[in-house]
Amino acid sequence: MDISTKTTDASPPTPAAVGKHGAARTKSRPGDRVFLGLSRGSGILLLVIMAAIAVFLTYRASLAISKDHGNFLTTFEWNTNLIPPTFGIAVLAFGTVVSSVIAMALAVPVAVAIALFLTHYAPRRLSGPVAYVIDLLAAVPSIVYGLWGALILVPHMNGLFGWLNHYFGWTGIFSWDGGAPRSMLTVGILLAIMILPIITNVSREVFRQVPQMHEEAALALGATRWEVIRMAVLPFGRSGVISASMLGLGRALGETMAVATVLSPDFDIHASLLNPGGGTFAQNIASKFGEATQDGRDALIASGLILFVITLLVNGAARAIIARRKEYSGANA
Amino acid sequence: MSTADVTEQRPSTLRSASLPKWSPWAIAAGSIVVAVGIGAGAGLDSKVQWGLIAALLFIFGTFAVAAKVEGKRQAKDRVVTALVWVAFLLALIPLVSLIWTTVKRGVKVLDPYFLTHSMGIVSDSEPGGGIYHAIIGSLEQVGLATAIGAPVGVLTAVYLVEYGRGGLAKAVTFFVDVMTGIPSIVAGLFILSLMLMFDMQPFGFAGSLALAILMMPVVVRSTEEMLKLVPNELREASLALGVPKWRTILKVVLPTSIGGITTGIMLAIARIAGETAPILLLVWGNSFINNNPFSGAQQALPLYIYQQYANSSGSTAAYDRAWAASLTLIAFVMILNLVARGIARWKAPKTGR
Repeated sequence: MDISTKTTDASPPTPAAVGKHGAARTKSRPGDRVFLGLSRGSGILLLVIMAAIAVFLTYRASLAISKDHGNFLTTFEWNTNLIPPTFGIAVLAFGTVVSSVIAMALAVPVAVAIALFLTHYAPRRLSGPVAYVIDLLAAVPSIVYGLWGALILVPHMNGLFGWLNHYFGWTGIFSWDGGAPRSMLTVGILLAIMILPIITNVSREVFRQVPQMHEEAALALGATRWEVIRMAVLPFGRSGVISASMLGLGRALGETMAVATVLSPDFDIHASLLNPGGGTFAQNIASKFGEATQDGRDALIASGLILFVITLLVNGAARAIIARRKEYSGANA
Repeated sequence: MSTADVTEQRPSTLRSASLPKWSPWAIAAGSIVVAVGIGAGAGLDSKVQWGLIAALLFIFGTFAVAAKVEGKRQAKDRVVTALVWVAFLLALIPLVSLIWTTVKRGVKVLDPYFLTHSMGIVSDSEPGGGIYHAIIGSLEQVGLATAIGAPVGVLTAVYLVEYGRGGLAKAVTFFVDVMTGIPSIVAGLFILSLMLMFDMQPFGFAGSLALAILMMPVVVRSTEEMLKLVPNELREASLALGVPKWRTILKVVLPTSIGGITTGIMLAIARIAGETAPILLLVWGNSFINNNPFSGAQQALPLYIYQQYANSSGSTAAYDRAWAASLTLIAFVMILNLVARGIARWKAPKTGR
């Protein structure tokens, strides 16, 4: 009865409100209009920022490329202070790809193993704190990784490099002339450590969503824990792991300070991963910025534009995979 | 095929011998002993090699023992278990090393003097000086970035959850996802290209703008998740009482999810506080105190670390300062993280799940 009185109490104003409801509800309340305007405006602002990033970078880049005396894509040089300036991104593109590939090759298996450890192997008492520690690992600023990499990791690489050179030096990829190990391999290892947390976190979420029924069905057939993982968990989580890896790849591609502190760069492509040299887009921007003149900055912006496009493609692909997965999995309510 | 395998093996699996529970520990202990033996015998001086030998011995030992006693399938299972544990321990090494070195080297010069003095005229190779100017710069830049990024982010999330239908909302959702992946240096270059247009000199607020761009998508994502947790019944109850939608959002939806939103914002702050690249491009760095973020070069903690490392040509004093500043930065980020998580737990929305 209470409820009905309330409704009748409330009903006198309602017809009036309802009358205006469909047509004029938003117009009748200035507060609503302002608030909607504000929130929609912020959404639009984000789109404008994205568009502005693309437009401004492209504009500055076009200024630089029109002055470039070399070929922007193939020149092995970065001399923006020459007249006319000569620069190209070939070395940077190569270095960025190589360091990211090394990082992925090292980080993805370990990250998947840790995600499996957290969801399927670890004792319950351990998995909570470990997940927390992994989160903290993700929160450590990249410059601290860079400092640690340059002062602690680099000296520790001597042993590994000597070993690789001794046994695999004949391949050319692992030959080493004994210089400071500030090379692409060290960078790749450091990047692997840095992208480990994000790949682990996303993979863990995916593995958690594996339907309990699938695992129990496998167990009921007498499968061992590894067989459960191979037959039920990994097939279900494959696309999730792929997109997690691509998110990690996006991080590795754009990482600046850790590469800038560890790598000792030059402008050439080296077959060996152990000898110092090479460079990445982001590292080159950070290292060359201090000495760059106006033209030099535009050239760096041009290389940044390429980096922007690459990361957009990688991240877009990762998101597309996640989105497609959501549609058919049904595990995401 | 595999079903046939399983049915054939079932009776034997039930009765077959299995290793006792302590066997992994025994194998681990055994392989460590053997590895130490090999390492000491062969004169390998790197402890890392000892560890690697032990890990390899452990994996192969497990496989051999289990294959002998329990059969191939169980052996494979045990090897994977061993591998997963090894991967986990392997991942702990860098973390422990990172924290340990930062704390050990950081405490050397970290004292009240270090926190309350700027570098001033102290040259990079000399001891002395401090990070006061960097702390001031960081706080101002991050504060301004938050003042811009947080409201925009929260409002965008409100739009997406409370109003968003149709093409615009879809576009915003997609681009927020994409924006999350923008490298920080690209955000820096964007603001730089604006500054080149207007021929401006580096100043703190330019860094704030780049940081705000990095912050927005993170805040949108976390706020969106939190707003979705608010039960629809609350909104409906409020609307049914005739409360306008905007007041429903301000007085019902946002207060219910304020804990989660705060957590998201704090985590975003923790993320941008450690960004170096945009600061390097836009704020330049300064060894003197500059309290005005709108004019003149400033310093920031991450940039200070980089410059102490890069410009000092290997001086111990500069490295000590870099480690001490790293410790300060990590402590700041970790405290933000811990407080954020505390708030999340304390103010978790009661969804009645």
